[in-house]
Amino acid sequence: MRTLKGQFKRKGNQADPAPSRLKYRLQRWMLTPGIRFGLKYGVPLCLMLAAGGAFLADGSRREMVGDNLRALWAAIEERPEFMVNVMAIDGAGTSVAQDVREVMPLEFPVSSFDLDLAQIRMQIESLDPVKTANVRIRPGGILQIDVEERRPALIWRNHEGLALLDDTGAHVAELGRRAMHPDLPLIAGESADLVAAEALALFATARPLGTRLRGLVRIGKRRWDVVLDRGQRIMLPQDQPVQALERVIVVSEVQDLLERDVAAVDMRIAARPTVRMTEKAVENWWRIREMNEGGL
Amino acid sequence: MTDLYQSQRAMRQMRRQAMQRGVVAILDIGSSKIACLVLRFDGSSRLSEDNSIGSLAGQSGFRVIGAATTRSRGVQFGEITAMQETERAIRTAVQAAQKMAGVRVDHVIASFSGANPRSYGLDARLELEGQEVSEGEIAQVLAACEVPEYGADREVLHAQPVNFALDNRSGLADPRGQLGQTLAVDMHMLTVDTGTVQNLVRCIQRCDLELAGIASSAYASGYAALVEDEQELGAACIDMGGGSTSISVFMKKHMIYADAVRMGGDHITSDISMGLGVPMANAERIKTFCGGVHATGVDDRDMIDIGGDTGDWEHDRRTVSRAELIGIMRPRVEEILEEVRARLDAAGFEYLPSQQIVLTGGSSQILGLDGLASRILGQQVRLGRPLRVHGLPQSATGPGFAASVGLCLFAAHPQDEWWDFETPVDRYPARSLSRAVRWFRDNW
Repeated sequence: MRTLKGQFKRKGNQADPAPSRLKYRLQRWMLTPGIRFGLKYGVPLCLMLAAGGAFLADGSRREMVGDNLRALWAAIEERPEFMVNVMAIDGAGTSVAQDVREVMPLEFPVSSFDLDLAQIRMQIESLDPVKTANVRIRPGGILQIDVEERRPALIWRNHEGLALLDDTGAHVAELGRRAMHPDLPLIAGESADLVAAEALALFATARPLGTRLRGLVRIGKRRWDVVLDRGQRIMLPQDQPVQALERVIVVSEVQDLLERDVAAVDMRIAARPTVRMTEKAVENWWRIREMNEGGL
Repeated sequence: MTDLYQSQRAMRQMRRQAMQRGVVAILDIGSSKIACLVLRFDGSSRLSEDNSIGSLAGQSGFRVIGAATTRSRGVQFGEITAMQETERAIRTAVQAAQKMAGVRVDHVIASFSGANPRSYGLDARLELEGQEVSEGEIAQVLAACEVPEYGADREVLHAQPVNFALDNRSGLADPRGQLGQTLAVDMHMLTVDTGTVQNLVRCIQRCDLELAGIASSAYASGYAALVEDEQELGAACIDMGGGSTSISVFMKKHMIYADAVRMGGDHITSDISMGLGVPMANAERIKTFCGGVHATGVDDRDMIDIGGDTGDWEHDRRTVSRAELIGIMRPRVEEILEEVRARLDAAGFEYLPSQQIVLTGGSSQILGLDGLASRILGQQVRLGRPLRVHGLPQSATGPGFAASVGLCLFAAHPQDEWWDFETPVDRYPARSLSRAVRWFRDNW
């Protein structure tokens, strides 16, 4: 009789289809969802992390990787597609353009990655003669700056000298001589630039006065005097100066008020307009009265 | 008794866990093959209201995703004789089925055919406390069944309430909520040898699997091979396996009798092997390809090469006529069927309203078996195949897989067993409180 152990053994060519206990357990293990997931994602992830960690554990390699990355970045930045070669300034006169170029000390060519357009725009707009500015990089490596200049509307005479103001009262430029802008109206007085709009309205109203108008003076930071030639003054009230000036002009047209020898027309109190005559006129008037009285 | 009750309840718990996980394996341990099916449960399909199986036979809730069979080893007469070998065969089948399914299976529902199944009919009667039948009272009446002495080395495999009667109304499937005075129950109990079941449980445990249920293959194949009206009106399913032929009688959709004849296809093969002097493998091949039970004139001239591998030319070139082969097979088949007849007679099968007999199992594929069986068993004989279930491969749809398919149905929708009901309620202390409340309500 054969031994019990060998009794069920197959012949060599007939392989036993039964899996060994270990194989069976291994297969069941591999069919467990958690293990499958771990093997599919966890093991490759761990291997990659371990390899990366081992590579970067050495300081010189870390440095090399950093250098390579920086070099790569620089190579990208310095590609000709990203380089800016020329600056073009549109909408500005030569002096303003000169100012703009002075404000931005850019060394061309420069990479567009190094340009901070918002900051450049703020820099340009901080210039006095510039109202607004648009900054962009045009294809072809051109830094395009579109400038809108402030247009001078007034001349302001103050302690420092003459200054050009635009219609909002913002400072445009210093003015050397009055004769450079004979067409612009003149204002004077402290803080006169803060009420430039009112001054412009008064100048529009005072157009019938023609060439007699010399300018406006801000008195005590609160009201205007209209200064005419021959030292005449029209003192306007704090409130509604335009209407007061219109009244004076109308009276002047009807009764030639300003043609007479009047030193000042005081409109500060609307209910009581006052006319101050010159000293000579008063004397003349007295003499004429005496003569008339004497003649009576 | 309580031990068994507890262990069966534990298996039911395990089955519930498996359903939650959605995957359970079916293991049919037969004498000639071990079949393993992996089922995936997707969505719980309920049985219809009247508890009938319905158009999809109640199997719409699961799908077979893995199937494997392997030649059985170490199993004789449906009982494990060499545990190592059986364990290896189970491992082979489970591994292949898992590989096909691509999922790991932890829970197994197993069936086997041997272990001398024996049927008992029990009944009990209970006076209802209230008017209405409650679940607790059903448990009580089931517990009140007088259990016969079935022997110390035997164990209850199935204990199913077959019929409920309320007062003089019988044939109730579900008496819960009905009104009456007296509740009576008929129960069918199937006992098997303890040792065999323990061997099986041990064998499955050694494969790292949890047992989620255990069924007699007679019950399982009857469940799969009998159509609904046959189960309702009364029919016998004869599962002719390799090592044993199991008989189950169904009535009103419940198994009311089960038995097994310890003869099967392997005995036919060994008869051929002995009669012709050929190895078992050759005999098996000759039986499957050329076998039959009805000899005709042409069979005398139909010569079969029976072969051999001795190296002796004369010996290896022997032939027999098919008539001789049939002459060897027929007496054995007749013997099996006569034995089945005797068992059915003993069970009183002739008193059933319908006496349909369904032959299934691997050996039922012998040519001409239905003609022979109708001579011995009666006129109403047909060959049965199991139901089609979702995803079952074509190779596993033959009559040899009736028990496996029946187990699938058993796994999806198990019939009520005694241990599905809670332990009789008079053991609960909470009961005394409700009894006091009722006493108060009745007296005031």
